[in-house]
Parts: sequence; C-alpha cells; structure tokens
Amino acid sequence: MTEPLLQVEGLTKRFGGILASDGVSLSVAPGELHAIIGPNGAGKTTLIGQLSGELSSNAGRVRFGGADITALPAHRRCALGLARSFQITSLFLDFTAHCNVAMAVQARAGHSFRFWKPAQSDPALRDPALAALATVGLADRADLLVSKLSHGEHRQLEIAMALATQPRMLLLDEPMAGLGPEESARVVALLRSLKGKLGILLIEHDMEAVFALADRISVLVYGRVIASGLPDEIRANEEVRRAYLGEQHVVCAR
Amino acid sequence: MLVVIEQCLNGLQVGLLLFLLAAGLTLVFGIMDLVNLAHGSLYMMGAYFAATFVAWTGSFVFGILLALGATLILGIVLELIALRPLYGRDHLDHVLATFGLILFFNDAVRLIWGPEGRSLQLPPWLSFAVQILPGVYYPMYRLSIILVSLAVAAFLYVLVMRTRIGMLIRAGASNREMIGALGINIKLLFTLIFGLGATLAGLAGLMQAPILTVQIGMGENILILAFVVIVIGGIGSIRGAFLAAIFVGVIDTLGRAFLPDLLRMVLSQTAASTAAPAISSMLIYLLMAIVLVVRPEGLFPAHGR
Amino acid sequence: MTLSFNARCLVFGVVIAGLALLPLYVQLTGDRFMLTLFTRVVILALAAVSLNLILGYGGMMSFGHAAYLGIGGYAVGILAHEGIGSGFIQWPVALAVSALFALVIGALSLRTRGVYFIMITLAFAQMAYYIASGLERYGGDDGLTIYKRSDFAGLINLNNRTHFYYLCLACLFAGMYLVWRLVNSRFGMAIRGIRSNERRMRAIGFPAYRYRLACFVIAGTLCGLAGALLANHNDFVSPATMYWTQSGDLMVMVILGGMGTLFGPLVGTIVLLVLEQLLSQVTEFSGLIIGPLLMLIVLFARGGIDGLLTRLRA
Repeated sequence: MTEPLLQVEGLTKRFGGILASDGVSLSVAPGELHAIIGPNGAGKTTLIGQLSGELSSNAGRVRFGGADITALPAHRRCALGLARSFQITSLFLDFTAHCNVAMAVQARAGHSFRFWKPAQSDPALRDPALAALATVGLADRADLLVSKLSHGEHRQLEIAMALATQPRMLLLDEPMAGLGPEESARVVALLRSLKGKLGILLIEHDMEAVFALADRISVLVYGRVIASGLPDEIRANEEVRRAYLGEQHVVCAR
Repeated sequence: MLVVIEQCLNGLQVGLLLFLLAAGLTLVFGIMDLVNLAHGSLYMMGAYFAATFVAWTGSFVFGILLALGATLILGIVLELIALRPLYGRDHLDHVLATFGLILFFNDAVRLIWGPEGRSLQLPPWLSFAVQILPGVYYPMYRLSIILVSLAVAAFLYVLVMRTRIGMLIRAGASNREMIGALGINIKLLFTLIFGLGATLAGLAGLMQAPILTVQIGMGENILILAFVVIVIGGIGSIRGAFLAAIFVGVIDTLGRAFLPDLLRMVLSQTAASTAAPAISSMLIYLLMAIVLVVRPEGLFPAHGR
Repeated sequence: MTLSFNARCLVFGVVIAGLALLPLYVQLTGDRFMLTLFTRVVILALAAVSLNLILGYGGMMSFGHAAYLGIGGYAVGILAHEGIGSGFIQWPVALAVSALFALVIGALSLRTRGVYFIMITLAFAQMAYYIASGLERYGGDDGLTIYKRSDFAGLINLNNRTHFYYLCLACLFAGMYLVWRLVNSRFGMAIRGIRSNERRMRAIGFPAYRYRLACFVIAGTLCGLAGALLANHNDFVSPATMYWTQSGDLMVMVILGGMGTLFGPLVGTIVLLVLEQLLSQVTEFSGLIIGPLLMLIVLFARGGIDGLLTRLRA
C-alpha cells in the first residue's frame, strides 16, 4: 500500500465566527488527480491557502511525502515540491512571460545570493523556463509582457510557473475559470498529460473537465467534506446531488 | 515621592498631547488611506495661530478659539487644494507630496513670522498651582491640558462608537469602496475627517504653546513621536493610539527625569552622565524596537483590518 | 536594456562627459566653487544610487537613509578625533558600522510594510540623530571638525581637491556599476520580483525577508561610503546630516531622476542640487518653490526625468 503523497487530517480554520474549514480530511496518492468540487463559499480556496502555507490552521495536520508540513511557511513547502496556482492570477506584470517562469526556475535552483552574473541571459534559467512554457503551449508568447497577455494565457502561465518549480504535486485553484471552450480543452489536455507524473489537487467548477480527469473526487460544502470517492460514486450520491450537482445554479441560502 | 507624582502627571500630559496628534493621523490614514507627513505642520500652525491671535485680541480664550478655527479652515483648504489629487495613489506619492508641503509650510512660516519663533504667555487666571492631593501641587495649566485632552478623547470615543458618522468612519476603515457604494458623499466625508484631524493637531499645538515651544520645525519632531506611538499602539486603532500615547508619554518623561539618577547608582559618575542623556532620548525608540520584535502588528491593533 | 540612440542616451552621455571633464573647466575658468559644488553632487549621487537600490528596485520606502551618511561620516570623524587618521582603517570601519546598523535597523523594520516601514525607518533615523546630538565628546549638536582628511599613505592625497573629486567620481561610477550588476543578477531578479509581487515570490519558494534584508544592508553600506566621502569633503560631520529632511532630499533625488533606473539617481541629484543652489541665490525661501514643485512632480511626472526623456523619443 503506497503512502499518500498528500495527507490532510482534520484541517480546521476559523475566521472570527465563521468556520471556513471544518475538519477537512482527504488524501492524494502520487500521480493521482483528485478533484475538489462544491458550491461557492464552501471554503475551497481557504483549503488551498492552508495547504500551500499562506494561511495557518486552527487545528489539523498536513503531511506531504510523509513529512509533517503543518508548521512550514509557504516558501518552504514549495521547496519541498508542493506548487500552487492562484484563482485570481498572481503574476509579475511588468516582466515577460519568459521572465516570470524563469523566476520560478530560479527559485528552485538553490539560493539566489548570487550578485554578479546576469540572470536574464542565463541558459540554466532560460531553457527550463522555455520548456515549461512549451508544455502549456505558450512558447511563442514567451517574450511578451504579461500585461499584454490574455486572461486565458495568464492562467496557462500560472500553470507553467507551478511546473517550473519541479513539483511533486500541484494545487490548482480553478485553473479554467473564465476560459473559453478551446482554451479549457487545452488545459484539460495538459492536465491529462501530467496525470501519473504528478499528484494534482484540482479545484474546479467545470463539471465536464472534472469528471473527464479526476481519479477521485471530494465534495466540499460549508467547509466539510460530505462525500469522497470515485467519480461514478459521487455522481450517484444523493446528498451530493442535493447539495451541489442538481441544484448547481442555486446558491445555498444561509 | 511628590516628584514622582508630578512627573507622572507630566508624562500623562505629554502622552495626551501625543494622542491628539496620533489620533488625527490614524483617522486620516485609516479612513482615507492618506499618509500625511504634513500633519506636524498643522500642529505648528495651531501654535503660531494661537500666539498671533492671542497677541492681537489680547484675550487668551478668544485667541485660542480663533486659532482653532483658523487651523480647521487651513486643514479644509489644504485638503481641497493639495490632497484631493492624491487619493488612491501610491503611498510613496503621498510621502513625497506631503514632504513638499512640509518644506512649503516651514518656509511660509519663516516668511510670515520670521525665523525666531514666538512665545505665548499664560493669562494670570491659569498661572497658579492647584492642590490635587494633600501636599501635592500641580500647575493649573498643565492640569487643564490633561482635562481638555481627556474630554476630547471621550468625545472621539462617542463620535466613533455611537454616532452615524462614527459608523461611517469605522465602516470606511474596513472597506472604503463600500461606503462609496452606499451613496455616502465620500468627498464631503473625507473633507470633514481631515478637518477633524487638522483640528486635533492644531489643538495639541496651541495647548503646548505656552509651556513648550512655538518654532519652525516643531511639527516634525513630534510627528515622529506620533509615528512611534502608532507603531507601538497598533495600526488603525484609536484605542491603541490612546494607550500607547499615554505609555510613551509617561515612559519618556519618567525616563528623562529619573534615568540619570538611576544610572548614577549603578554606574560611575562619568559613565552615567554620558550615557543618561543618550539613553533617555533613545528609550522610546528602544521600546518601539522591542514591540516590533515581539508583536509587529502593535500592542493593541484594531480588529478586522 | 536596449541601447538605441535616443534622447536618454544623449543626455546621459553628456552628463558623464561633463562630470569627467569638470576639473578641466574649473582649471580654465578658475571657478573653484563649481568643483566644490559638484564634489558634493557626486557624493550625494552615490547616496541616491544606494537609495535607488532599495527604493527603486526593491520597493522599500526607506525614509531614514540619510542615517548612513551620518554613520559613515561619524566613523571617520570619531576615529580622526581619537588620532586614527589612516583612511585604510577609517573607511573599512565606516563601511562595517554602516552595514551593522543597516542589519539591525533592517531586521527590525522589514517586519513591517508600506507606510509603517516609512514611519519606522524615519523613527530610527531620528534616533541616530538624537544619539549623535548627545555625543558631547564628539561635538554633540555643534558637530565634529575633522582637522585632517583620511590619510592614504601617499596613494592619493585627499587634500588635493581635483584628486578628491576624481576619487568621489570613481566611487560613484563604481557604485553605479555595482548596482547595475546587482539588479541584473539572480539576487537582483529576486529583489525585483519581491517588489513586483511578493505573494507570488513566496508561492514559488523565495523567503522574501532574507533577500530584502540583504538588499537593505548593501544599500546602507554603500551609503556609508558616501558618508565617509562627505565627511572628508566638509572636513566636518554633524547630526544635521542625519536629520530627516536630508532623507527626504535623497528620496526626491531618486524619484525626480527616475526611480528604478540606472541613471535616474545621478540626474535627479544634479537637478535637485543645482536647482537648490540657484534658488538660494534668488530667494531665502526656496521651500515655497520646491514644495509645490514636488507636488507637481508627483502628479504629472512620476517617472521622473528618465520617464520624460523616454516619452520624448516616442
């Protein structure tokens, strides 16, 4: 029995009186694509925030590759191989796409207390960056300023940056939000190609993509995992249908 | 023992003046997101206006009231002309622009009033000592500073916690865009808030005028102390500013008064007399450094920022 | 950094040439005042270059940078006062003390952001001012006269104004070159990335605090060198060098010239100091002009002179 790559146990997060995460437990095996679905406000981004190290939890543990990372800050988790993309894209707007990804490569390449050699022409940084861009399909847009790229390309860039840090696992927060059908298909194809090589925790609303890609699905409602299992099980689950799938267009009243 | 009580009261008085200044800064920064380095200049103008109007009118009370009004008007004019274009801009822009305002004010004062500074005489009906405890006398004027400042603090508390405007202030502090969306006249609100801050600064300036100083550059020295108070007290918190200001005022005053003697007990005479003044003036900054290490968000930060 | 021929390059070329040839002009016209003025310009330009590193490239709004001018200066002054006149000891000490102060102040201040960082750096700089004012032994408020300039044992005579000017100029160009290499290195990219999007930097694995602190220390040390030069230039050091208005002036120089650009700090320093000089001959109240001027710059010329020149070409 293989050790799960990511093991989340009883993660709890309170914001004042609001319980954003209520004892969330799940696991992701190496190479597995585990999707998280749920209505808006279910606490999905809060969960990713805790997993990536940006938010501290009130209770619970997170294990990555067997090691307890609950107390580690964000930058240390990334160094261990846990990369994330942001729901609202967070990029270096005044740099080119190539530079953005090169920054991620640089982060992985040991410490950056190197004061003399120019970095922007360093093939040790440029080449892996270009490779990551090629993987997501942005190689021909590499030298454009990020501010000039489209929203869809921003999302692709987010994934490229995550890939450039040589992760063992990706935390993807709605990578397909706001994308047209063609761009979505491209991301789906990309994720399919990454499955098996990396663990992926995918938060998504696009149900077609989720059921096409996921090895397992967990459903998050009001900060709690109400169901977790194979896609067919989830599709058939009564509680899930009531809470989310069937009434998808109805925002749960509070 | 009497000296300790007197110094404690002095510290309280210094602290309360600092609070008036820090409260204005916190209000303006919290609501309007405006970093106003020229806040100290309004403090200076309050003092200069007071010195001038009291001399003109011959009446202490009337002169002070005129000075307060003049500072309020100056604050409003400043907001309308110079500060409005800065809203929404980078804080660095605020710093630069208000730095320019300081230079302008300092030279404008030098042009109008000359480089020597002014003095403001206390009227005889305030220049006596009051017996606050058996055998303990304290100057009436300093006592009235304490009382007036406490009254203003109480007024601010009521304003912020109990009135509609106060609600807007607290709402604005946590979410600026929302109060605009609620249909409140933001421009008017900002002008009023800035005017309030200016008046607080001017009040502090004119109150200390008879006992401390009326000179160019006085605003900047105390502004920095007000910054220290805000850092120690906590960002965006008027309550924090109050507590921290008292704390800073008392520590600073007691430090300057007693540290030389304390050091003399522990160190040699020469070591004490060289170290004492240096450490006294550094004491507040050391405090700030300690707070930064232990609790960078301040001792009493506002909730929900 | 493209180097196509345009207004920017022309202006910068003229400036460099002008600075290099200044002593020749002074020799021909006998106008010694220009040499004194421009020595001061060059030294403060070095300070501005160091501030540009943390302000322009690092995004750290330090309003207490002039403290290092004073610290470097006092290191030289105090050692000279105590009989240690050798520049080979004074200057390394000045650099080391500046670095140490920057380390301590940076370690504390960088725990905060934005406006609080401004307040705290301002407060610490004033603290340095008050400490210096309290040093009775070294002149206190009145300052400390330096009777003999740093002695470099025949290597260079700092009393020769022309040689001293060229030394300052060499330090300035070396400083600018150092900063240029620095901002294009991996370290520089890290700093610029942290400025651009700190959250992103953390997410990809950069511990931001460490890099900011290192940058802060480098800038402080470089400014300490300027402080040592300034003390020699004035034959005098006083707490006034560290007064907050001097820090403000440095900020203006950086922003006026163009924040985050290579030549911006140099051009900004020249313009500001020459302007101050001209104004002081016309009026006693230069603040009345410079104040509103700053406001106008903030509102209309945020990219500074460099920004204006870049727009000219388009």
